[in-house]
Amino acid sequence: MITHIIVALLVLINLQMLGSSRLGGLIRAVALEALLMGFLTLVIHTGQFTWYEWVVIGSTITVKSVLLPLLLKRALHETVVRRDVEPLVGYSLSLFFGLLFVGISALAVVKMPMPPIHTSPLVIMAGMLTVCTGLFLIITRTKAITQTIGYLVLENGIYALGIALAAESPFIVELGILLDVFVGVFVMGIMIENINREFDNIDTTQLTSLKD
Amino acid sequence: MEFRMNAPLALTGLAAALILSPLLRSIINRTKARFAGRQGQVMLQPYFELHKLFQKGSVYSHTSTWIFRAGPVVEITTVLAALCMIPLGGNPALIHFNGDLLLFVYLLGMGRFCTILAAMDTGSSFEGMGASREAFFSALAEPSLLIGLGGIAALTHSLSLSEMYGRLNIGILESPMAPALVFILFAFLIIFLTENARIPVDDPSTHLELTMIHEVMILDHSGFDLGLIEYAGSLKLWVLGLLLTGLILPLHTHSAELNLVLAIGALFLLAVCVGVIESTMARFKLIRIPQLLVIAFVLAALWIIWIARYSA
Amino acid sequence: MIRTLLFIPLFGGLLSFMIASDRLRRAVLVLTALCHFTAVFVLWNKGFAPLGDTWLGIDALGLLFLLIASTLFLMAAVYTVGYLAGHPHASIPDKRFSRESIFTGSFIFFLGTMTLAIMSQHVGVFWMAIESTTLASAPLISYQHSPRSLEAAWKYLLICSVGIALALIGNLALVVSAAFDPALHGLPMTFGALADHAGALQSTWIKGAFVFFLVGYGTKMGLAPMHTWLPDAHSESPSPVSALLSGALLNCAFLGILRVHIILGKAGLAMFSNQLLMGLGLLSMFLAGWFIVQQTNFKRLLAYSSIEHMGILAIAAGAGTQTHFGAMLHAMNHSLTKGMLFLIAGNILAAFGTKTVSRVTGIIRVMPISGILWIAGFLSICGVPPFGTFVSEFSILYGLGQSGHWIVMALMLLALGIIFVGMFRILIPMAYGEPSQELPVSPENGWYVIPPLILGAAVLVLGCWIPQPLNRLFAQAASLLGAY
Repeated sequence: MITHIIVALLVLINLQMLGSSRLGGLIRAVALEALLMGFLTLVIHTGQFTWYEWVVIGSTITVKSVLLPLLLKRALHETVVRRDVEPLVGYSLSLFFGLLFVGISALAVVKMPMPPIHTSPLVIMAGMLTVCTGLFLIITRTKAITQTIGYLVLENGIYALGIALAAESPFIVELGILLDVFVGVFVMGIMIENINREFDNIDTTQLTSLKD
Repeated sequence: MEFRMNAPLALTGLAAALILSPLLRSIINRTKARFAGRQGQVMLQPYFELHKLFQKGSVYSHTSTWIFRAGPVVEITTVLAALCMIPLGGNPALIHFNGDLLLFVYLLGMGRFCTILAAMDTGSSFEGMGASREAFFSALAEPSLLIGLGGIAALTHSLSLSEMYGRLNIGILESPMAPALVFILFAFLIIFLTENARIPVDDPSTHLELTMIHEVMILDHSGFDLGLIEYAGSLKLWVLGLLLTGLILPLHTHSAELNLVLAIGALFLLAVCVGVIESTMARFKLIRIPQLLVIAFVLAALWIIWIARYSA
Repeated sequence: MIRTLLFIPLFGGLLSFMIASDRLRRAVLVLTALCHFTAVFVLWNKGFAPLGDTWLGIDALGLLFLLIASTLFLMAAVYTVGYLAGHPHASIPDKRFSRESIFTGSFIFFLGTMTLAIMSQHVGVFWMAIESTTLASAPLISYQHSPRSLEAAWKYLLICSVGIALALIGNLALVVSAAFDPALHGLPMTFGALADHAGALQSTWIKGAFVFFLVGYGTKMGLAPMHTWLPDAHSESPSPVSALLSGALLNCAFLGILRVHIILGKAGLAMFSNQLLMGLGLLSMFLAGWFIVQQTNFKRLLAYSSIEHMGILAIAAGAGTQTHFGAMLHAMNHSLTKGMLFLIAGNILAAFGTKTVSRVTGIIRVMPISGILWIAGFLSICGVPPFGTFVSEFSILYGLGQSGHWIVMALMLLALGIIFVGMFRILIPMAYGEPSQELPVSPENGWYVIPPLILGAAVLVLGCWIPQPLNRLFAQAASLLGAY
């Protein structure tokens, strides 16, 4: 039951991200999404938690919903003047795409052969939807920082898929993946500041000088 | 829940609607007043206003034709007809047949259409502006309404409003449908606010014509016609409110009379909520309203996808 | 010994971040490269143990790629000493580290992450390592902080991160494919263990995993159509970095695809992965050919040539056991040649000040050794005897014929022909003719010339004679690939 509610909230958050026009709102949505994914982990993996599983879940929630959004907010403050998203695909159309993704995810979950141990197909659907949303955000939003946010959403979705398919990784690997994502966003943030210093904006439609 | 037409109960429901619907307006206004720190108008204020209006004569401009005079009449008739089809508290309505939900939606649509025609008939540019906006937003809201109702129809395996709302019960909150109710709640709420010209779609208390949507369409009506329109507005609040509360708070006890009272109570609760929304939000920019309606559509579509996935 | 191999770059990188003196730091760079190089040889001597469940281990395939990476890094490190001395960057007062220390430190960390990637046998650790290579090399690409290099670095960072994230989904799919058989419960997710139990893996999921890996690591490898970041990144970065990116990093990504290919082969689904590999390989070759023919920037041309050769490697990997030896040989030859070419390109850029082909002529007059090496590099990259690439490409084509892939062979020959003509038209006029700029004919800087010279000599030697230990290594690696 709680799973259903969390999945419904996740769907709503994804759609909100697709239709939102404010950068600050996007960052808050990603943070909330990561928090919900953390709760989802707690809810789905019932039973005894060993100490290292607590460490993994705790650090995931902290990094993805607190540290990384803070990093992004800082990059936002230092580089962006107009806190508008400036999309290539309009908001209403993005929402319709979001609906399409929901449909595709629901269909895919029905068609795929499921492993014997798995959680409810709802979570797989939510994970797939998040992955699609992340990819869509990366492709159709022009500011460099929204591309980073899209990358974070993509990683959130993959994390959800991991929980849903009960793909247990050793905790060192989980922490390693988390570290990579953290450093990745950190490096992206630094690069955004460098881009801003050079170009005076972070509009990726300006980054077109290299082409054949 | 056995489905049997209980004529006295249905008539009581109808009478309740006819008598109590202006109260919804006054509840909304009093809530807003309380938020603003004022005492607010007397609860019976809308009745006094209707009384005042019904006693006055109407003024008709030279440039208007019979369409202008017919507008309010058609509006009130369609709303009354729709009222006869909406069930109150799970009790079947006076008129019910298979597929009456379509008739319901289209009756409301026809009423709106005639209001728009009457507005355009005046030849004034303000009314024309309001008419075009109203037409646009309603066109966006109608698919969402139909999809939402379609979802309920799929859920309850019937095509009659009375059956649909009769079969819903509080047990729905336990089932896997529960999260989807959040979707449809917001979708129907947005539609409710749009159709009744409430904030955040339209500000009913504004006096600036350029910012009006619904109010400006009825700007030229006066006297008895205006009274009819105001009353029809209250009835519309009641009717659409029932669509929403019947879905979210289907409190069906064993006593049919108690159901009636509970349903009316739920409506009053909805009025308070609308008052709160009106006090805490500002009207959206006009370009944002289509986005809001797209959100309503998406939510309604999610609702129906969820039901398709999980209906037994 | 494996841990030593990892500690050397880690230690070296940390040291270079902390050292303030430029000369000392460059010395650390070369020293790290040397230690790493010797360690690889020591590891080679020890031989290979069968890897089942180990997380970090070296097999023949890994050692070959490690050898290539280490050699290239050593040469690039020597070149970098000269490069950094010739392109001084003053410390930025408001930053804690000078830009050069960030460069050197990232460079050494780059080597370290590539080593980790080659040595990881666990799918999760491999993923981590590949993503780390992206992160370590991004600051290297944007070293100049010019608008073009920033654009290139941003594209690189984003596209590769997204691709690698898709590869993570592939990881998930692999894990799920093992969840269908209860006997496989608790199976460690190492390439070796998965290969051993490949028969029990669920076929839909493992095919899906391969597709995700092909797209994900293929992005990093530069296979078309996921190659869009490659020309920009490899052309805008400093030359030693380009050399490593083209010569070593693409191989690491290829390694990931190869390892999953092995698993699929053991599971009996080799036909599926072979077709995909050959298809993308051909696409890469033709796309590269299309762009090479119309190039006006010689560094971009070299980058597209990398795409072409990655296509050749993909075809060779996907054509069955007859081409696998050629693939291994070609990996080494291509890396050595491309490294040399990029270093020479750096010399040309330093001397002529431009990357545009039309503005560079008469290299041989101005810089004789670089000019000769430029021509030699062109011959080598196009597979002309007596260079090593001729042997490897011929071996691959012969293997294609032997295994009956006539159409693929014909198409590959066609693409090779197109590229030869395209490159001939562009590169040879650069070497001959009157010098386009009046530059003093000074003896060339040793730092700039000796590394490419050694690399070129190596390719030449490999074309005539393959030393026995190396031959054995190639054979062992090839047999690993085709072990089904």
